[in-house]
Parts: sequence; structure tokens; C-alpha cells
Amino acid sequence: MIGKAFTSYWFPVLLIVPFLAIYGLIFIYPTISMFVLSFTDAPLIGSGNFVGLSNYARLFHDPRLLVALWNTAYFVILSVIPGAAVALLIALAVQRLSGRLQAAVLALFFLPFIVPVSVVYLIWDWILNYQFGIAMHWLDALGIPRVPVFKTVTWFMPAVALITIWWTCGFSLLVFLAGLRAIPAEIYEAAALDNASRWTTFRRITWPLLWPVTALVLTIQLILQLKIFDQVYLFSTGGRPNDTIVMVQYIFQMAFVDDHGGRAAAVAVTLFLIVIVVTLVEFQLLRLAGGGQKK
Amino acid sequence: MMGSRFQITKLGAWLITSLTVLIALAWVFPLYWGVISSLKPEDEVVRPYIELWPQTLTFDHYYSALTKSLIGLWYINSLATAVGVTVITIFSSMLCGYAISQLNFPGRRYLHILILACFMVPTQTLIINHFVLMANMHLLNTWLGMILPQLIYPVIIIIYKQFFDGVPKEFREAALMDNASEWRIFYRVYMPMNWGITTALAIVVFIWTWNNFLWPFLAATQNETMTVPVGITQVYNAFGVYYARRLAAAVLAALPVVLLYLFFQRQVTQAITLSAGIKG
Repeated sequence: MIGKAFTSYWFPVLLIVPFLAIYGLIFIYPTISMFVLSFTDAPLIGSGNFVGLSNYARLFHDPRLLVALWNTAYFVILSVIPGAAVALLIALAVQRLSGRLQAAVLALFFLPFIVPVSVVYLIWDWILNYQFGIAMHWLDALGIPRVPVFKTVTWFMPAVALITIWWTCGFSLLVFLAGLRAIPAEIYEAAALDNASRWTTFRRITWPLLWPVTALVLTIQLILQLKIFDQVYLFSTGGRPNDTIVMVQYIFQMAFVDDHGGRAAAVAVTLFLIVIVVTLVEFQLLRLAGGGQKK
Repeated sequence: MMGSRFQITKLGAWLITSLTVLIALAWVFPLYWGVISSLKPEDEVVRPYIELWPQTLTFDHYYSALTKSLIGLWYINSLATAVGVTVITIFSSMLCGYAISQLNFPGRRYLHILILACFMVPTQTLIINHFVLMANMHLLNTWLGMILPQLIYPVIIIIYKQFFDGVPKEFREAALMDNASEWRIFYRVYMPMNWGITTALAIVVFIWTWNNFLWPFLAATQNETMTVPVGITQVYNAFGVYYARRLAAAVLAALPVVLLYLFFQRQVTQAITLSAGIKG
């Protein structure tokens, strides 16, 4: 029994040590050192002096901050709700189907999500290529003048947002499908007995019962898209990165291109706080909205 | 299922189904177009009209991509990174999830709160300090340096915790009656139950890591140490303006994960649904 008391004390410790070691080293420590770094004038690699809040003061006078904040917000607006709407429509269409046809159609819609972002970039860069892209042939056929999509600031964000929706829709689609399948069939049968129309059935049954799932999809997408970098960076190479810059890209430029570690950390802290505040606010809002839906 | 007042004719249902299939085909068309363009000769690729099937089918671009770039090396880097991240993440998350779910120890609640807090922290903001840390540890351009900052998957711990929470208490009580040690209970009773979920999670973590861009893009400062998805966007001089060759490299980069998905569709779907916080 002594051996048992010994293991029952040490066993949990043994199990959580790998987790603590990993998260301590690459999560907690970097988070703390990010805050510390933001108060210094250090370059990316090397030490610097304590400069108080001056990095933040400079940051809030940097016009690039506003551009990056706006572009990030613009991207979120263009991608989160439209993306969820597209995924919901596809989920409703896929749910009608059954058997192998359903599996095949689902796989087709889901496939882009499996592909690496750089492949998405290379394929769409080719499709929208100003000289030879297949989309440009279609524009010609429709009599619309060609546009260098990723070199035009007006078209850049809408195009990247559309491509992102195409790419990541499969994820929300799976979540919506799981949500739709969880709605008991008896409720639809009762609605059918009451002669409810399709639209009424959707508005009165599907939509309110699906709301927690919709809220989940919106939350996940909002937080994800606030941290957008990969696509925007890739498509902006050879374009106008200074006008289409987003927050994480701003951190990247400040740290890895301009070699200002301290100032970049100040940008990182700003985004860090924005994401946490938005997350907390959104949880509360969605909870309230969810409560309202049930009435 | 629907009301008789607005009975949908068979024709209407058939139309909606056909429309769904058509849109699904249009949805994958960009992928198809990327693949098909990579199989055309360079002069055919730039023709000003649309050919849905190449007149001359060629694998030359795959040959050039494989021989004129470092893609072989990138494959090894990607594989080492993805396998490393998968093994470490699954192992540490399973142990931690089990401890939080089944064992009583001081600080268990705080540990759970800490893991939930991890969800809120945007890891993209940590790139500077990850880079500095890896540089100080002399791990840039190494597999370990590539792996370490990608080990943050709190969701996997939570999925394991929920899985172990769902196991009936009788299993544990019966094992305790048999005087089994804690280690034996974990190893002999609980571990064998979760092979299904472990397979599914491992496949998805592998795919996510293979596809990851930001950290591999920062951690590899030399062509030789890049992963496939980073390499194909960084090395233009190897490909120049050869569109078809760039697309061939893209197809090669996507191939392993697409094959994994096609072979393990059920597991991928299950794990991704679980990762969204829905019990599959």
C-alpha cells in the first residue's frame, strides 16, 4: 500500500510534465517575454534598453497601424459572415442528399480545405493571372476589361476574402452538418403534420435550433480571421503590400524586415489584447443573442 | 418530411440535386484546373483559350520540379516536422487529458483553466519571441526548431479530456478492485479504448502541421531547411515564369495530405468536427 500512495502522488505529475514543459517553454515564456520586449528598443536578435511606453507612443502615431487595423477589420467583415452563410447554404443542400452521392458531394466541397495555403495561392494566382489566367478569358468573353486583381488595392481584399471562403468553407460546412444532424427528426415530422411550409420550417425550427452551432462557427471564424496572415502575405508579394497590410503582417514586417524587435512586440501586444477583448465580448454577445433566439 | 401543401414535385427535387452537384463540381474546378495545367506543355498552358483536357499530356514539369528544385529535401523536412509534431502532441495531450479527467491532484482545476485560456491567446503574436527563443537555443534551420513552436494544440487535450470523461466510472472501480496500479489502469484499460480517436486526431494534426505556413516560413532561413509548402512559394529562381512547373510543384506539395484525406475521410471528418467543440 505504501507503493500505491507513492504512485498516486507521482503518477499525475508524470502525466502532466510533458504538457507543462512544452507549454512553459513555447507558450507561457514567449507570452511574458513578448510583453517585456515591447518595453525595450531591442532589435530582432540582441538586447536593448528599457524605453518605457515609447514603443506604444510611436506605434499609435504610425499611419501603418491604422492601415493594418482597417485592412484586418475589412477582411473580417468580408469573410466571417459571408463565409458562414455560404457554408450554411451548402450544408442545407448537402443534407438533402443521401448515401454515396452525399459523401461524394461533401468530399468535393471539403477538398480545398485540405490543401496547403501556398497551393491555394499558386492555383488562384494562376487562375487570375493577368495575361494567361482562365478567369481573364471569361472576363474577355463577357466584355469586361481585365484587372490585375492582386495589384489593385480595391480588388485585393475582396478577392482574397472570396478565395479564403472557397478554401476554408469545408470546415464550417462539417460543423453545420453535424449541427443539422443533431436536430431530432420528430420535430420536422410534427412541423409536416402542421402543414408548415419549407421557409417556415427553416425559420421556426432549423434556424433557432441551429443557432448555437452558427454562433460557434462565427466565433471560430472571427478569431481565426483576426489573425489572418498567410493568404494576404502570399498574394501581396509582387502587389502593393504597404496598402494591403494586415496586423500579423505588420508584426512580421516590423520584426523581420525592419529589424525592430521591441516595436514589433508592441504591435504584437496590441493585437494580442484586441483578440482577447474581441473573444470575450463576442462570447457575451452571442450568449445574449442566443438567449433572445429561444423566445 | 415536408408539408403536402407545398409538395415539391420530383422534378423540383431533382433540379435542386443537380444544381448541388454542379456547384460542387464548380467548387473543385480550381483544383482541377491547377492539376490539368501542370500536365500541359508550357506553350499549351499560355494559349488564349480554355482547354479542359491537355492536347499533349506531359509529366515533364513534375520531372523538372523534382530535379531542378530542392523539393526532395523539403519533403524530408516536412515529413520530419509533421511526424514530430504529431507524435509529441498526441502523446503529451493524451497524458494530460487523462490526468485532468481521471486523477485527483492539487491544482487540477487551475490546469484546466490554463488550458482553456490557451485557446484565447493568438499564437501568431508570439512569432517574434518564438524566433528569438529558437535563435538563442541555436535551433533555427533545424527540425527541432521547426517542431517546437508548432506544438500548441490545446484543443487536442480538451478532446482527450472529454473522451475520458465519457468513459463509465465502473471501468476504473473494477480495475481498482483488482488491485491494479494507476499506471496499469491507464495503460491496460483506458489506452486501448481510444485508438480510434487517436488515429483520427493524429491524421488531422499531421495534415494541419504539413499545411502550416507562418512558423515554417520564419524558421527556415535557408532553402535547404524549408518545408514543401514554404519552399514552393519561396524559390522563384528555380522555376522562373514557368507556370506549369510551379503548378506541378504545388500538386506535389498537396498530394500527401490530399491522399491522406481521401483514404481516411471518416477519421478526418470526425476529428475536425470534434476540434470545433462538437461531439461527433
